[in-house]
Amino acid sequence: MTDLYQSQRAMRNMRRAAMQRGVIAILDVGTTKIACLILRFDGVEDTRESDGVGSMAGQSNFRVIGAATTRSRGVRFGEIAVMNETERAIRTAVQAAQKMANVRVDHCIACFAGAEPRSYGLAGEWDLQDSVVTEQDVARVLSACDVPDIGQGREVLHAHPVNFALDHRTGLGDPRGQIGNRLACDMHMLSVEASVVQNLLYCIKRCDLELAGIASSAYVSGISSLVEDEQELGSACIDMGGGSTGISIFMKKHMIYADSVRLGGDHVTSDISKGLQVPLVVAERIKTKHGGVQATGMDDREMIEIGGDTGDWDKDRRQVSRTELIGIIRPRVEEILEDVAARLNAGFFDQLPSQQIVLTGGASQIPGLDGLASRILGQRVRMGRPLRVQGLPQAATGPAFSGAVGLSLFAAHPQDEWWDFDIPTERYPARSIKRALKWFKDNW
Amino acid sequence: MQPLGRATVPRRDPAPSRWAYRMQRLWLTPLFRVLFRVGLPLACVALIVGTYIADQGRRAALGGFVADLRERFEDRPEFMVTLVSIEGASPELAKAVRARMDVKLPQSSFELDLDQVRERAEALDAVQSAEMRVRSHGVLQVVITERVPVLIWRSDDGLTMLDASGHRVAGLAARADRPDLPLIAGEGADAETTEALDVMAALQPIAPRLRGLVRMGARRWDVVLDRDQRLMLPAEAPVAAIERLLALDQAEDLLSRDVAVVDLRVPQRPVLRLAPFALSELRRARGLAPAPENDL
Repeated sequence: MTDLYQSQRAMRNMRRAAMQRGVIAILDVGTTKIACLILRFDGVEDTRESDGVGSMAGQSNFRVIGAATTRSRGVRFGEIAVMNETERAIRTAVQAAQKMANVRVDHCIACFAGAEPRSYGLAGEWDLQDSVVTEQDVARVLSACDVPDIGQGREVLHAHPVNFALDHRTGLGDPRGQIGNRLACDMHMLSVEASVVQNLLYCIKRCDLELAGIASSAYVSGISSLVEDEQELGSACIDMGGGSTGISIFMKKHMIYADSVRLGGDHVTSDISKGLQVPLVVAERIKTKHGGVQATGMDDREMIEIGGDTGDWDKDRRQVSRTELIGIIRPRVEEILEDVAARLNAGFFDQLPSQQIVLTGGASQIPGLDGLASRILGQRVRMGRPLRVQGLPQAATGPAFSGAVGLSLFAAHPQDEWWDFDIPTERYPARSIKRALKWFKDNW
Repeated sequence: MQPLGRATVPRRDPAPSRWAYRMQRLWLTPLFRVLFRVGLPLACVALIVGTYIADQGRRAALGGFVADLRERFEDRPEFMVTLVSIEGASPELAKAVRARMDVKLPQSSFELDLDQVRERAEALDAVQSAEMRVRSHGVLQVVITERVPVLIWRSDDGLTMLDASGHRVAGLAARADRPDLPLIAGEGADAETTEALDVMAALQPIAPRLRGLVRMGARRWDVVLDRDQRLMLPAEAPVAAIERLLALDQAEDLLSRDVAVVDLRVPQRPVLRLAPFALSELRRARGLAPAPENDL
């Protein structure tokens, strides 16, 4: 665990170095597409405090100077399945973005959807030495959190201190300087499969990039597509991607739960392909052009040319009504949403004061999805689009890019994580001094 | 059945190869771009020039070619100096200057070192300053300011004419050649010509009687008048002493009397030394002593 702590710290240092250089790449490794944005940090934050807008959630100090998307290869369920194919796809995206930006990037921040994220709620307590909370006390209470057994071959991806409590007062955001006796904290920890992270690290290293941070795509799409009051009052972001659907629950501006369903838009496409006996490419085209989840009488009359080049006239001239298509799409979408609902229940989403659900991601663009989702997930459903950031091309403003945009925001203003706090002083020197003393005793 | 083995037309991979990707990143590196765009051409040129220069023969040929080109340009008739015109000097001085300048004509104006020539011309005593300029049509114009002699200095080496600053102008064969110039004599007299001139100016009322000034002990002046009269001036403020003497002369008619020396060295107490005859006459008139035998 200390190893991970060190590596996460190293990534934070890398991020700082990238900020100093002013250019950083954002890499969203998804199942259907790999998006690369190149951000330039000018450092001059246009502070117009007078109009009450503030710093626009931190996105006013960077600008997207390069954006490229490429079809993803070798990624399944948001995890890298074929390494060199993925590496090529990343290279394509990075090269195109660099070409557009006309600048070389050396640091990148990546996010991915898969790797079976699991959430853990941690709690720790600490008796204060001298009634005032110092930074060291915060570090100690964080390290006092009892870490559950996250399983073999898993790593901690995020560890956010969500809440601090001082004696009987809870809900403190920043307890430093306050007076009390007993400091307690709640931490949200997200663990993922280590091998997936390793694969991604390897691919990025093969592209001559330094990794300056890594994030879960469910978390970052929540950052970009939930508005501030939704993050504050409690809401869930459903990021419907190609291979997996990420779920993140936000409360008091902190992610308190994240999970993913290993189903997504690609499964809908493969259903269409199987159902209509068409290649995947045609199925994808039919899905995007004519897809829907709510059949009406009008759809019975709307016939879709399926096409084909088998040479069999009857097969190539087939037509299918939109109702039939919807009949194929809808069960799969319902399945996805039901799985999501189950995960939301597991995350005690129904206990939150506000139960806003925001649907985003590429697969959320099916017409009529909000109606279906409100029937399955709850009444308060809206479609989410990512926040607008400076310089983002029009083509990259759709819901499919909420992960990439969220990652940009994450790059600009990461929330404090466990490794951003100091190591408690009694942790490392004591042990090394003891070791040195032992060495002396043994040798003299 | 589809052919086994590799497909005849492999599908084009949109991904850049690892090397293409690296090259593009390298090309986007600012330092590399600068080196490639500026450094590489410069290095190429330097290499070519260096290889050409490396050979001794080629270097000599190149040097010879450049020197030849330069020479041909400098020797064009437009730049040749064919005539020296000397202005502002008397004919004999002009002749001396021309001989001293020693300019070989015709000569290219590029080769002519005017500063050196000017120094040579100014080395002549009679030349105060010489101004040189190359005019059109190959004329080297020399404008000479002559030294004007104001004094004649009689020393052991003979007679020398001096200008106002005491600098030698020319020698003089006989005093009679320049009767208009006043005469000074004595060791170190040429170093104090300004004071001598001031004294001369002060002596203007008795100018006809003035024979000359003698520098005594390189310290003070003696004025020598006719009838071997001497005025011994103090080292400090000689002009004031002269003015006092002239006032005395005007009142008492001092200088026309038979006085051998007027000693003005102590300003408060001028001392007269009478000529021997006058002295004996004075004594006799006072009845002090019998006049000694005198040849006169």
